[in-house]
Amino acid sequence: MSKFPEHIAIEKAHPTAVLDWHERFGDRTMIVEAKQIVEIVRILKDAFGYDMLVDLTCVDYLPRRPRFEMVYHFLNVESKTRLRVKAQLEESNARIPTLTGLYPIADWFEREVWDLFGIKFEGHTNLKRIMLYEEFEGHPLRKDYPKTKRQPLMGPQN
Amino acid sequence: MPELDALSEIKAAVPPDEPEFQQKEMLLNIGPAHPAMHGIIRIMTKLEGELVVESEVEIGYLHRAFEKSCEESTWNQAIIYTDRLNYVSSPINNVGYCMAVEKLLGLELPPRGQYIRTLLCEIARISDHLTCVGASAMELGGFTVFLYMIKGREYLWELIEEYCGARVTTMTTRVGGMPYDLPEGWLDKCLWVVKEIREILNECDILLTNNRIFVERMENIAIMPAERAIAWGWTGPCLRGSGVAYDVRKDFPYLVYDQLDWEVPVGRRGDNLDRYLVRMAEMEQSCRIIEQCVARIPGGPVSCDNKRVVLPDKKDTYGNIEGLMNHFKLIMYGHGIRVPEGEVYFPVEGGNGELGFYIVSHPDEHSKDGCNDRAWRVRCRPPCFTTVASLQEMINGYMVADIVPTFGSINMIGGELDR
Repeated sequence: MSKFPEHIAIEKAHPTAVLDWHERFGDRTMIVEAKQIVEIVRILKDAFGYDMLVDLTCVDYLPRRPRFEMVYHFLNVESKTRLRVKAQLEESNARIPTLTGLYPIADWFEREVWDLFGIKFEGHTNLKRIMLYEEFEGHPLRKDYPKTKRQPLMGPQN
Repeated sequence: MPELDALSEIKAAVPPDEPEFQQKEMLLNIGPAHPAMHGIIRIMTKLEGELVVESEVEIGYLHRAFEKSCEESTWNQAIIYTDRLNYVSSPINNVGYCMAVEKLLGLELPPRGQYIRTLLCEIARISDHLTCVGASAMELGGFTVFLYMIKGREYLWELIEEYCGARVTTMTTRVGGMPYDLPEGWLDKCLWVVKEIREILNECDILLTNNRIFVERMENIAIMPAERAIAWGWTGPCLRGSGVAYDVRKDFPYLVYDQLDWEVPVGRRGDNLDRYLVRMAEMEQSCRIIEQCVARIPGGPVSCDNKRVVLPDKKDTYGNIEGLMNHFKLIMYGHGIRVPEGEVYFPVEGGNGELGFYIVSHPDEHSKDGCNDRAWRVRCRPPCFTTVASLQEMINGYMVADIVPTFGSINMIGGELDR
């Protein structure tokens, strides 16, 4: 299929950044290099007007490799176009640069992904748990997290 | 009086214009459970006098592992978990989740089913806004308004109850359709309820919009400019209060919204008052939508006729072997609805804004046909997550007393925020 205009613009600046692209179920998706995510999103924001980061999440595809997939949903509020950007991460190197410099809302979304999946966001200034408490061990939305695992009881022990 | 003597001694010891004594900052925790809050959330504030100079918001007190639970249950079983997301307007959550799965399956409902869903969504939206505005008014002293609005919500929940048997935990949709047709006389009752709601809105409008105390406590408080609101990922009535006319129902139409005649109200300043006014105007628009749906609803089936997705009629299940087998195949573990590999994002307009479901179907090691009977991942994009994330920016620089109306105006729902 033909390339998206976003893809062509990114390729001009970073020739190897876009790994794959497709349109399935009516959703346009681009799979990009994780290390260059900030530069890519900056182009999307400045040149294509994707001014809203609608959602940011992660999917664990255990036992497939690479294991993790970061999923970003962008929206251009003016022209009402959507774009999904994905970046794949190896388990041994589960880290990706933060987007907090471009979108303030990335702060909480990234904290949530760190909390539930254990993905590190490089450059995030306040990367701590958001849904669970600090003493919680492990990252529960990973597929290999034991469902029946008990966690230490916090608070006053009588 | 010994205490008073001690106080005057301290006062005498400190010179009146001592800068350190004057500039003392105070830490104040509001929450996690506070009588003026609509849920469990903790706001840590640093005060200078009554002014909030710094604050931090902490959430997660209601985390129920919604996304993990959805991975453990079949496609239809997960609908019941979506009820508890925004528990004031559960039908919208049900519809959002089901339509995401239907998008993955490539199904489309017959017109009657779509109209019923639209009706339920708008009933839920009015009840959501009534709760939000009513509670905010009560926190500012308008208890009458709260009672009037809860009376209106009662009528709406009776309608929902008459349709599906439950008021809050509705579970009113299924993948591929609706579980049952409308009861007799339901549509007429809808029109009666709309009439009542309009009356209540009129009364409350007189009580609030002309009330000096209410208006002065809402106007020019917690202003969020449009650009900033977009950067924070705001959607729904809050974003529209800041003047951006973005509504999922208009811009990415689903169900029958594009066939109906209604408008998107927007504010100008992006303060608390605008968010309140937008909600009031939106309820009127929802009333219009309900009336048009009642007038136009066609006959016919309410579910699509795909036997691999929709359960057979009860009379077939109990009456003939085909129906019984069909029922078994859909209920048994490892059979059920088989959704092909893929991923979709489907947004609907929830009570608070864009409620999106990102659903991944991925075959596991037991799958023989490349399909899965349960979701690999269900991600709910909660609309109030983004507004609560920006709460600290909204309350910094205002008074402690402004926290309550500001918090009321963004309509945080714990079930949806923490999931």
